[in-house]
Amino acid sequence: MLPYLGKRFLLILPTIFVPLILVFLLLRLSPGDPAGMMLGDQATAEQIAALRTQLGLDQPIWVQFLLWLKGIVTLDLGNSIFFREPVMQIIPRYAGVTILLTLVALTLAVLIGVSMGLVSAMNRNKPIDRGVVTTAVLGISLPEFWFALLLIFLFAVTLRWFPVAGYNPPSAGIVAFAATIFMPALALGVRQSALMTRMMRSSMLDVLNEPYITTARAQGLPESTVIGRYAMRTAAMPVITVAGLSAGYMLGGAVTIEIIFALPGLGRMLVEAVGRRDYPLVEGGVLTISLVLAVLNLAIDLVYAILDPRIRYQ
Amino acid sequence: MTAHIAPLAADPVSPNIERRTVLAVENLGLSLRNADGLLPIVTDVSFSIREGEAVALVGESGCGKSITASAIMGIAPDNSVITGTITLNGKVISGLSPKDRRKLCGRHMGFIFQEPMTALHPTLSIGRQMTDTLRHNLGLGQAEATNRAAELLDRVGIPRARDILKGYVHELSGGMRQRVMIALAISCGPSLIIADEPTTALDVTIQAQVLDLLDDMRREMNLAMLFITHDLEVVGDFCEKAVVMYAGDVVERGLSADVVQAPAHPYARGLIDAVPAHDDGRTRLTPILGTVPPVGQWPEGCRFAPRCNRADDQCRARPALERHGPTDARCWHPLETMA
Repeated sequence: MLPYLGKRFLLILPTIFVPLILVFLLLRLSPGDPAGMMLGDQATAEQIAALRTQLGLDQPIWVQFLLWLKGIVTLDLGNSIFFREPVMQIIPRYAGVTILLTLVALTLAVLIGVSMGLVSAMNRNKPIDRGVVTTAVLGISLPEFWFALLLIFLFAVTLRWFPVAGYNPPSAGIVAFAATIFMPALALGVRQSALMTRMMRSSMLDVLNEPYITTARAQGLPESTVIGRYAMRTAAMPVITVAGLSAGYMLGGAVTIEIIFALPGLGRMLVEAVGRRDYPLVEGGVLTISLVLAVLNLAIDLVYAILDPRIRYQ
Repeated sequence: MTAHIAPLAADPVSPNIERRTVLAVENLGLSLRNADGLLPIVTDVSFSIREGEAVALVGESGCGKSITASAIMGIAPDNSVITGTITLNGKVISGLSPKDRRKLCGRHMGFIFQEPMTALHPTLSIGRQMTDTLRHNLGLGQAEATNRAAELLDRVGIPRARDILKGYVHELSGGMRQRVMIALAISCGPSLIIADEPTTALDVTIQAQVLDLLDDMRREMNLAMLFITHDLEVVGDFCEKAVVMYAGDVVERGLSADVVQAPAHPYARGLIDAVPAHDDGRTRLTPILGTVPPVGQWPEGCRFAPRCNRADDQCRARPALERHGPTDARCWHPLETMA
């Protein structure tokens, strides 16, 4: 078990550093310059050059990169060029919202996907199965922003159950938090839940044909145990894989949802920071997302290893 | 379908001891319902097994032997239509609901499948699979069930039983896997064991060990055993009686010694001639020409007629299963007994 996790942990490093290197280079390749952005149209070339020197932007790119790597190791990601305060202080203010949004969306997606997929597989080719499959195709085809607007129209404008937009942190009370996170999480999770429904259905139908399911039945075990323990144990694996991919997609794709629901999340922060060419903040944001994704993937690998003993020995 | 049940040949093994009939299958038929109507898979299968007796169900792939077993087990496909009567320990079980049939599994009937690698759960420990069964069927607690499981593994000849309980199927060798399968099948004290080609997936050297183990279990626990196989040597060595199936029908039935040595049905003869013998000096095997007709394309009358060199006009009518010499055969022109 431990060697397996150690190996997984080593594989995380490229997951984190490749996007960082790409972002670091792309930012500096793109036109526009933080010094120019900050000083505005009226600034002279000398003023801009002076600010560039002050920000360290005049040094060769590999020196900048090494300095930034040194910053990561010493937990100093530099100061935001726009906010003029340490990136390490800004990120946590935004990251919490995005991580919570992703976790709630993922939970909703898994709950909906697994239960719908199970209902569908258990009633194969019956009307309820066809209904679920059709709904899932619809769910996969829906653009998130459109579904988000639909939710706002239904739950916020017409029924007035939830506020149209805005955010209450969990510290404001669980009900207040839930009221602001439910619609964004559902909008973010609906497509993933449709994917998981389909995955759960086909995976369960496959597993139900396995000889060990026949054995479990032939041993006289009740159908609830056969499905709930013997079939779910293996049928869940592909769904867990999808959940991992979904989590990555949601972390990166939360931008639209955060903007529609006016959530102060990492996605929105990143879009604004890119616009301002705030190099340190963008790099810090990407590092955070990569880290969260890496931790999530490690957690999924751990779940795999717990569910499937064959993996532990590879 | 006739209600005719031919009496079986006299029992030479223990003629004086009255042995209880454990399983009786009478005129079993199974059809699958599909869009075009009913597709017959098995028609008119009758045989019985007494306690301590092994009966072989023999035939080529696709003759209906495995689905016959699944009908007895109560796990035939959902779209099956089953006719005839199945009696277990004197109780008619063919009319019971699927839920009540499930309750008989494990407790009264145990099953051994062909490929233990896939028939055992890949990610649940051996111990978990065994204790789940023991706890559910016998109402044991976890500790009791674990002890019982270890005893069972011990009994089927698995060393270090406690360690194996914590292990998984992929960690075991083929022979060990089938031993675990056997331990699972006998775990709740069934009176009937159905073994579906239990040695086909094993190495030749292991096959004999597993067969010996099954034979020991049958003797020790006085088990009735239905042995599904296409291996005629196994039939002769391990089973008292043999039932030969062809295209969904029983074509020959009797004591295995008689069926193997003096078959009345040309198909049974063909099966025996197609087996390499060790000592009769033949250099070439005699195959049965042609192939088994697929389900749904069975000929009228005798289903073996198109492949049979004894067939004539009479074979266009369906023969009944009748006594010819020492065995029962479904044939208009049975072979003379080579006495």
